[in-house]
Amino acid sequence: MTTLAKGPEALRLPAPAPAPRRRGRWVSIALFLLPALVLFLMLVVAPMLVALYASVFRWNGFGGLPTDFIGADNFTRLFRSEIFAQDMGHLLVLVALSVCVQLPFSLAVAMLLNQRMRGRALYRVLFFAPYVLSEVITGVLFSLILAPESGLANRLLAVVGLESEWLADPGTVMPSIFLVMTWKYFGFHMMIYLAGRQNIPNELIEAAQIDGATGWRTFRHVTLPLLGPTIRISVFLSVIYTIQLFDLVWILTGGGPSHSSETMAVTMMDWGFKRSQVGYASAISVVMFALSLVFALVYQRFVMRRDLEGAMTSQGGRS
Amino acid sequence: MKRSLVLVATAVLLAGCGGGGGAQAPQDGSGAPAKVTLEWWHLSTADPIKSLWAQRAKEFEAAHPNVTIKATVLENEAYKAKLTTITQSGKAPDVFASWGGGVLRQQVDAGLVKDISGDVADVLPTFTPAALSAYQLDGKTYGLPTDIGLVGFWYNKKLFGKAGITEPPATWSAFLEDVGKLKAAGVTPIALAGKEKWPGHYYWAYLALRIAGLDALKQAAVDHDFTKPDFVAAGQQVKALADLQPFQRGFLGAAYSTPDGQSATVSNGKAAMELMGQWAPSVQTDSGKGLGDDLGFFPFPAVEGGKGSIGDAFGGGGGLAVGTDAPKEAVEFVKFMTEMGNHSKAVASGGVLPVLKGEEGAVTDPNLKQVATLLAGAGGYQLYLDQAYPPAVGQQVNDSVAELIAGTKTPEEVGRDITEVAKSEAG
Repeated sequence: MTTLAKGPEALRLPAPAPAPRRRGRWVSIALFLLPALVLFLMLVVAPMLVALYASVFRWNGFGGLPTDFIGADNFTRLFRSEIFAQDMGHLLVLVALSVCVQLPFSLAVAMLLNQRMRGRALYRVLFFAPYVLSEVITGVLFSLILAPESGLANRLLAVVGLESEWLADPGTVMPSIFLVMTWKYFGFHMMIYLAGRQNIPNELIEAAQIDGATGWRTFRHVTLPLLGPTIRISVFLSVIYTIQLFDLVWILTGGGPSHSSETMAVTMMDWGFKRSQVGYASAISVVMFALSLVFALVYQRFVMRRDLEGAMTSQGGRS
Repeated sequence: MKRSLVLVATAVLLAGCGGGGGAQAPQDGSGAPAKVTLEWWHLSTADPIKSLWAQRAKEFEAAHPNVTIKATVLENEAYKAKLTTITQSGKAPDVFASWGGGVLRQQVDAGLVKDISGDVADVLPTFTPAALSAYQLDGKTYGLPTDIGLVGFWYNKKLFGKAGITEPPATWSAFLEDVGKLKAAGVTPIALAGKEKWPGHYYWAYLALRIAGLDALKQAAVDHDFTKPDFVAAGQQVKALADLQPFQRGFLGAAYSTPDGQSATVSNGKAAMELMGQWAPSVQTDSGKGLGDDLGFFPFPAVEGGKGSIGDAFGGGGGLAVGTDAPKEAVEFVKFMTEMGNHSKAVASGGVLPVLKGEEGAVTDPNLKQVATLLAGAGGYQLYLDQAYPPAVGQQVNDSVAELIAGTKTPEEVGRDITEVAKSEAG
C-alpha cells in the first residue's frame, strides 16, 4: 500500500528499456489501441461533429448532407422556444429533487443497511434490483401500475380515498416521474454509499464513540465528512443522468400531458424523428452536450478538485 | 450527453452513408428467377386484417417460389417513428403502408419511393378516384390504396338510450347538448387518447372543415396562415367541448389501443363514444369486450353557420407504396394485394372499406355500409391533417390541439403556433 503513496513514480519501469524494444512497445500499444480508437472516432466523435455541423442548417434529414445554411437560426429559435424553457425548468426541478430527496434517502437506506441486522444481504439485493431492469421495462411496468382506471396504485389507494391521476395530470406528472426515477436509482446510489461507508475505518467511529459522540453526532461529524468524495461523485452522476433523461419519460408520458413532463432529449426526439427537422433537433443535442460538458468541467474543477488531488494519498491511510 | 447526441447523429451519419444499398440482384438472364426477400412494413395490428394479410403473403409466396416476404407489423405511433427513422437513413422498406399526402411527398422528394405509374397503368381504372387520390402526386402514381374511409363518431346505443337520446345529433349544438345529457345520466360521454395526439386533432380538423370549409384547409397548406378567424373559431369550439369535461378520467395519459386506452374504454362500455376512423370497430373488438349490435355510427355534425358542407368528409385510408430500390416483385405484390378477388375478402371481413369500383357489395357490417355510403356521396375530401401537411406542420397541429384540449393554450395561441411552424418549414 505504501508504494502507492509515491504516485506517478511507482508507475515507472525499474530501468529504461533499450531503444529498439521501446519502439516495438509503441507499435503494440498502437495496435491494441487502434480498434477502440477507430470505434470511438466513428461512433462518438464523428456523430458529434456531424450533429454540430447539421445544427446550423435547415434540414429534414433526407438525402446526403444538408445544404440550406441558416447560421445560428436554429439556436435563436431554440432559446426563444417556450418548450425549451419548460424543459430547462423540468431539469432544474428534477435535479433539485434528486439532490435534496433521492440522494439523502439513498444515504439513509445505506446507513440503515450498514447496521448488523437479519436479512441484510437480501435487502441490499432487493433494493439494488430495480437498477438492473432496463428503463423501458421500468417504464412499461409503471405505466401499468399508475394507470388511472385499472392501475394497481389507484386500486390500493382507493381504499383510503387517495387516488391520483399520476401521469395523466400536468400537476402530478413530474412528481410521479420522480417517484419512478427514485424507485429505479436509489438502490444504485445506496450501493455507492455502502461501498464508501465500508471504506471508513471503524477505528474512527469507535474513537468518536469513546469520546462520547452519540449516533447522530458520529454520523454528522465523522461518517458524513468522510463520505464526502462518494457523495460528490453520486451527485455528479445523478445530474448528468437528469440532463440526458429520455427513456423513462418517453415510455411513461411521451413528454405529456401537453409538454408538462418533457425533457430536452424528448423534445429533440420529437423534432428530429417525428417532425423531420433534423437541423433543429441537432441544435438541441448540441445544447445538451454543451450543458453536460460545462457542468462536468466546472464540477470537476471546483467541487471534486480535492477528491481528485487526494486520490493518490488518502488510500495510504488504510492499512 | 453522448448517448442522446448519438441518437440524432447516427441517423445523420447513416443518411450520409446509406442511399445506394438494398438493391436486389436482377434476374440472371436464364433459368429460375433470383431469390428475393421483400421487406413489408404495415400497421394492421388488429384482426381480421392482421391474419388476412399474413395469409395473402403466404399465398403470394406459394405463387412465387423465389420470393420470401418478411413482414414487420408495428402499432401506429411506433410505425410512424420507425418509418421516419429508416427513411432518414436513406432507405425505405420494399413495400410499406402509407397514408399518402405530405408525408409521402417528402419521401418521394427524397427519392425513396418508386414511381409505379407504368407498372400499374393496367389496373388504375379499377380503383375509385377518391381512394387513389392520396397516392397520386403531380400526375404520377406512388402507391395503391388498400383502404379508404372517413372519421366519424362511433357510439354506444345503449348508453345513449340511458341518457334519453333517441336520435344521434345532426348539429354541433345538439351534440354539445347530448354531451351534457350523457354527463347528467352519469355516463362518460367521450373516450380520448390524450397521450397520443392524433385522435385529438380529429376534433379541430373536423370543426375547421365544417366552419372554415375544405378550401380554407387546402389554402392554409399553401399560405401557411392558420390564424384566420374561422380557424380560431374552430379552436373555440374544441375548447367549448373540452370545457364540458366530456372525457374519461385520466384521458391526458391514455393511449389509443392499449388495455386502458380510448378504444378499450368505449369497447368495455365505459364511455359513450369516440371520434375515430373506419378501423374503430375492429380495434374495439381487439382491445376490449366489444359492443356488438350496440355499436352505432353517426357522421360529424354540421356546424350552424359554417362554410363547410355536411357532405364534406375528413379521413383517410391506407395504401402500399414501393421503395425505390425494391425488386420488381414488390410491385407485383402490391397489385396482388389490391386485386378484386383478394381485396374484397378483406372488405367482407369488415377490416377495410372498398377501394375498387363495384366492391361496395362486399361490405356486410351495417355501420361500415353507412360509412361507405357517406364516402361515396362525399362532396369533398380532406386527408388527416398530420398526413396531408409536411410532418413538422402535421405534428404541430396534433400538439397544439392537445394543448388546447388540456387547457394550456388558447385558440388564438394555437393558430399562431401552427402558423409559426408552417412558416419555418416553408422557409
